[in-house]
Amino acid sequence: MTFMNGIRAGSSIAIGYFPIALTFGLLAKTTGLSMWEATAMSIFVFAGAAQYISLTLIAKGVDPILIVLNTFVVNIRHFLMTASLNEKMQPDAAWKKAIYAFGVTDETFSVLATRKENNIRTPFAAGVILVSYGSWVVFTSVGHVIGANLPAFLKAAMSIALYAMFVGLLVPSMKGNRKVVYLALFGAIIHSLLGWTGLLSTGWAILVATLGSAILVEIMYTRIEKRVAKGSEA
Amino acid sequence: MESWYWWMLLGMALVTYIPRAFPLTFLEGRELPPVVSGVLRNIPYAVLGALIFPAILFVQEGNLLFGLIGTIAAFAIAFAGANVIIVVMGTIAVLAVYSLFVG
Repeated sequence: MTFMNGIRAGSSIAIGYFPIALTFGLLAKTTGLSMWEATAMSIFVFAGAAQYISLTLIAKGVDPILIVLNTFVVNIRHFLMTASLNEKMQPDAAWKKAIYAFGVTDETFSVLATRKENNIRTPFAAGVILVSYGSWVVFTSVGHVIGANLPAFLKAAMSIALYAMFVGLLVPSMKGNRKVVYLALFGAIIHSLLGWTGLLSTGWAILVATLGSAILVEIMYTRIEKRVAKGSEA
Repeated sequence: MESWYWWMLLGMALVTYIPRAFPLTFLEGRELPPVVSGVLRNIPYAVLGALIFPAILFVQEGNLLFGLIGTIAAFAIAFAGANVIIVVMGTIAVLAVYSLFVG
């Protein structure tokens, strides 16, 4: 669980970020941001979905205050993720945790939280985050500078990368663990339903689907455990 | 861009950072009620389900078949026991071949 192990575990994120960061740099250029402005957003915000949405809103001339508010709503789900991650991380000084907290994205969270170990070392987390962050920042600049995209077929194929990674992280935990299957299934179903009905915006929809599934399955399993406990008493 | 851009960036950075940092620092060393920590331990798998679906099906706008092939490829490679990086590269390869020859 060293820093280098972390780099290795984070390398699929780095690959997945490559086409998205490249396209972000390119879109930022066409929106009228300079190379520094585009790169600075990737350096200081480090949140893919929120950054993309902000470009659309900047292009429409939306009030910057509303763009900030929207960023908050889109990223509120990380509150839930870091609360969950806290249960898995080794206890450490608050200032260290405050530093690596900056790098908790959907992707770094998924890689860290699906580890089998229950006491993830801080250097390991730092490795996962640094390789992901490096890819995100560097390829934002590259996308802006070269101002061109990947060949269409490759760009299309690479758009699946992060989802394939999520699948690759989920499936090993699903094997022989029905609880994990239920959790993922309910998360997927609730999120899809919220998407189709258009009831909530993306940020809230993921939050509600995740929390809904986590609570529902917890209730289900607490009941089962109680019944098993009663059964063994009788 | 003028100075408003940098103020907006500062705001975006803060509202992104606070939800990430608050739980990790505030909850350090605190014992949570078992029900709460049970729910928190469920979050990673619930969130993966929600992150994958339905978005994976819509990676190419207006081309549901593309997303469906990618989904099947990713799950098939993962269930075969491959590690994450192989799942990622394998799925990209399948879709690259598909879009080169089919569209």
